[in-house]
Amino acid sequence: MAEALLFYTLAALILGLGVMVVSARSAVHSVLFLVVNFLLVAVLYVTLNAEFVAVIQVLVYAGGIVVLYLFVVMLVNLKQAPERFSDPRRLARSGLVLGGVVLALIVVVVSSSLRAGAAPEGTLSGFGTPFTSGNTEQLGWVLYTSYLIPFELASMLLLVAMVGAIVLAKRHLGE
Amino acid sequence: MTVPAPRASTSQFDTNELVINMGPQHPSTHGVLRVVLRLDGERVLDADCVIGYIHRGVEKLCENRDWTHIILLTDRMDYVAAATNNLGYVEAVEKLMQIEVPRRARYIRTILAELQRIASHCLWLGTHAMDIGALTVLLYAFREREFVLDLFEEFCGARLTYNSMRVGGLPLDIPPGWDRKLRSFCDLMEGKLDDYETLLTNNRIWLKRTRDVGVISGEEAIGLGLCGPPLRGSGVSRDLRKDEPNAAYEEFDFDIPLGTRGDTYDRYLIRMEEFRQSIRIIRQGLDGLPEGPVMGKVPRLLKPPAGETYHAIESPKGELGYFLVSDGKSTNPYRFRVRPPSFCNLQGLKRLVRGHLVADVVALIGTIDIVLGEVDR
Amino acid sequence: MLDTVVIPLLKIAVLVNAVLVAVTFLVLMERKVIAWAQSRLGPMRVGPYGILQALADPIKLILKEDITPVKADRYVFTLAPIMSLVPALVVFAVVPFGPDPLYYIGDINVGLLFIISVTSIGVYGIILGGWASNSKYPLLASLRASAQLISYEIAVTMTLVSVILTTGTLSLVGIVEAQRESGIWFGFIQPVALVLVFIGGLAETNRAPFDLPEAETELTGGFHTEYSGMRFALFFLAEYANMIVISAVVVLIFFGGWLRPFPNIAWLGFLDLLPAWIWFVGKVFLFLYVFIWIRATLPRYRYDQLMSLGWKVLIPVAIGNLVVTGVFKVVF
Repeated sequence: MAEALLFYTLAALILGLGVMVVSARSAVHSVLFLVVNFLLVAVLYVTLNAEFVAVIQVLVYAGGIVVLYLFVVMLVNLKQAPERFSDPRRLARSGLVLGGVVLALIVVVVSSSLRAGAAPEGTLSGFGTPFTSGNTEQLGWVLYTSYLIPFELASMLLLVAMVGAIVLAKRHLGE
Repeated sequence: MTVPAPRASTSQFDTNELVINMGPQHPSTHGVLRVVLRLDGERVLDADCVIGYIHRGVEKLCENRDWTHIILLTDRMDYVAAATNNLGYVEAVEKLMQIEVPRRARYIRTILAELQRIASHCLWLGTHAMDIGALTVLLYAFREREFVLDLFEEFCGARLTYNSMRVGGLPLDIPPGWDRKLRSFCDLMEGKLDDYETLLTNNRIWLKRTRDVGVISGEEAIGLGLCGPPLRGSGVSRDLRKDEPNAAYEEFDFDIPLGTRGDTYDRYLIRMEEFRQSIRIIRQGLDGLPEGPVMGKVPRLLKPPAGETYHAIESPKGELGYFLVSDGKSTNPYRFRVRPPSFCNLQGLKRLVRGHLVADVVALIGTIDIVLGEVDR
Repeated sequence: MLDTVVIPLLKIAVLVNAVLVAVTFLVLMERKVIAWAQSRLGPMRVGPYGILQALADPIKLILKEDITPVKADRYVFTLAPIMSLVPALVVFAVVPFGPDPLYYIGDINVGLLFIISVTSIGVYGIILGGWASNSKYPLLASLRASAQLISYEIAVTMTLVSVILTTGTLSLVGIVEAQRESGIWFGFIQPVALVLVFIGGLAETNRAPFDLPEAETELTGGFHTEYSGMRFALFFLAEYANMIVISAVVVLIFFGGWLRPFPNIAWLGFLDLLPAWIWFVGKVFLFLYVFIWIRATLPRYRYDQLMSLGWKVLIPVAIGNLVVTGVFKVVF
């Protein structure tokens, strides 16, 4: 009961903050709402006993990526930005498309979860139970055994992205 | 004087440029210097110095004062090296009036000037090091400067604005026991200099912050009219104590340290060596101090013959020159003009900071060793 | 109810107060130590030898006028100091002061990561404080600060990974227990990591010689130039609380936490007469002393030099250390 209450409170807060992110007048404010949003998502992970994911969520998203967002937002003067996209018809069109995508996603998720039934334990079976030494170790095992190739691919991808960013920045400096 | 406006072009707005005012109320512009910096990120594109915040019109004031009364106004220009200012002025008047100064007075003047150099360099070292972040050196340097001030206080009763010389000699002979105290100060100072150097000279961070920062070639330094340690740091051998000896410098044996690279670190090393050379001169002066009067034959009322003269001495900061014109009729100068070393060296700042970072600006203001009282007058 | 709610809340109240009081005395200690290094006396007026200065400073700051610049972003300007202090205090939730559960609030199995991630939130206070002031010097300083924090965080985290390899656990209690079992402080096994974490810690807490964001000789007051009164005090508290955090982390990971020196030598057992938490706090203050000592001695790095030190020296060395540790772990 208490957990459900906590979940719904958190979910409501996260959704509300999401709306605030989009609707905030100042870009810096909206980044701030985003930070709080991420922190609350981390709390959500904690309620699911996924401490490792929660901490990584805080470290990577709240502590790392959003700092970079803030950097950009602070340095770039965003006051003129909304005017450039103020064409209402274009806004409406893109809004319709995005709304459709989100709706489709919701339908897919809800229907698949309905089909799978109310018991989600089966999805966790790959981790091996019970979690005696905390899930960090289990997560490590799984990542480096059954998911080794996707993991390495993801790291390659990140490396390529990093090199690409450096190349772009360097070329800009050279000019 | 018009205040140059920051040259931010309004026609083509470049988002990369940031114009900031460093000073006049900034902790490390050494007084009330205002530097308008144009920055690209942290890199300095251009810098304009705005001066005049403590302009008191000293030169004009001097033209309405008695030749003797001017001495105490010279105290107020480079207020951290008042005795040197006194020395330059009284020697200029003596040159104008062709007054013979007793040898003992010339010796004591030399000692005072070198003592003053130590005090001035202490202040430079402390503030320069503090600007770069070494807090402790400031307190150490001020601790030793205090001894110099005590010595001056005992000699002439004042600690900052000494009014310590007179046309034709000195107002007072040195008090009894003063030479002994000065000697023990010299011994103490030598040890303390080693302390400073332990903290800074081979410190990796200090080297990183000063090596190759603000490099200027000898030719360029001459072209900009730099003088004193900033000029010698670029390897130009120009020291008025050797080139045009005043007081009793021709009787002393000392070296002029020269830099090779012309960067901030070289200028630092030069001043550290000048400390030691000053101590050497003081010791020689005390050893060979002649007996005799300290005041030459000077008329009651100073009234130099009509004419003009320029007399320059090596102040701790560079060439300090006095240009005096007398009309031969009145008891005050017809024209009084100072060539202050800080003012001329400050011209170099614009050239030195270009392309460096904000943090280097304060290091470079420190390295040219300015005193705003002298820049503005 | 008593065990799950009341006692933790009591512990939190005690701990937060203890940290804040420790900070005020740390400020006094810094002033005194630096004064002695500079052949001065330091504060001497308030109480005997100036001890009550630790009380006078906060009272002064609370009573001072709290100014918000007209052009500042009011909400963010108010929020920034809070965002910088709260993470610094939250971190103490997982710092164990002794082996007994009485001495810590929570021992979570990702304790070390928790500290890293929560301290990384602290950077917002600095960035936003600088931005919200709507003033040029604070903005420059906050840019410096955020770049510096992010760079050094990578180096520190990378180094801590190699430590985790030797301990095999992320729990701070577990790390200390591992040191008891191996009978040697990890500082002696991982000296490179110790140096890296310490340097990184200096940089992350914006302490000399990496105190660029508040380099007052360059950027006047740094990111908190426009702050006054209690809001300034919050930044101040955060900085010193972060110093304590870094010292605590270094002590826990490399210097055996609450363990006495040479925990494996039996005849030194009389050292256990001192309670564990005193050993811990003593070691933490020893490191804080080193922090202050460094500040009194060294000049300041320049911004670009700081970045190149972080990226070109610390991070490669950290990765190298990680590789070497891994090889050792596999071979032996």
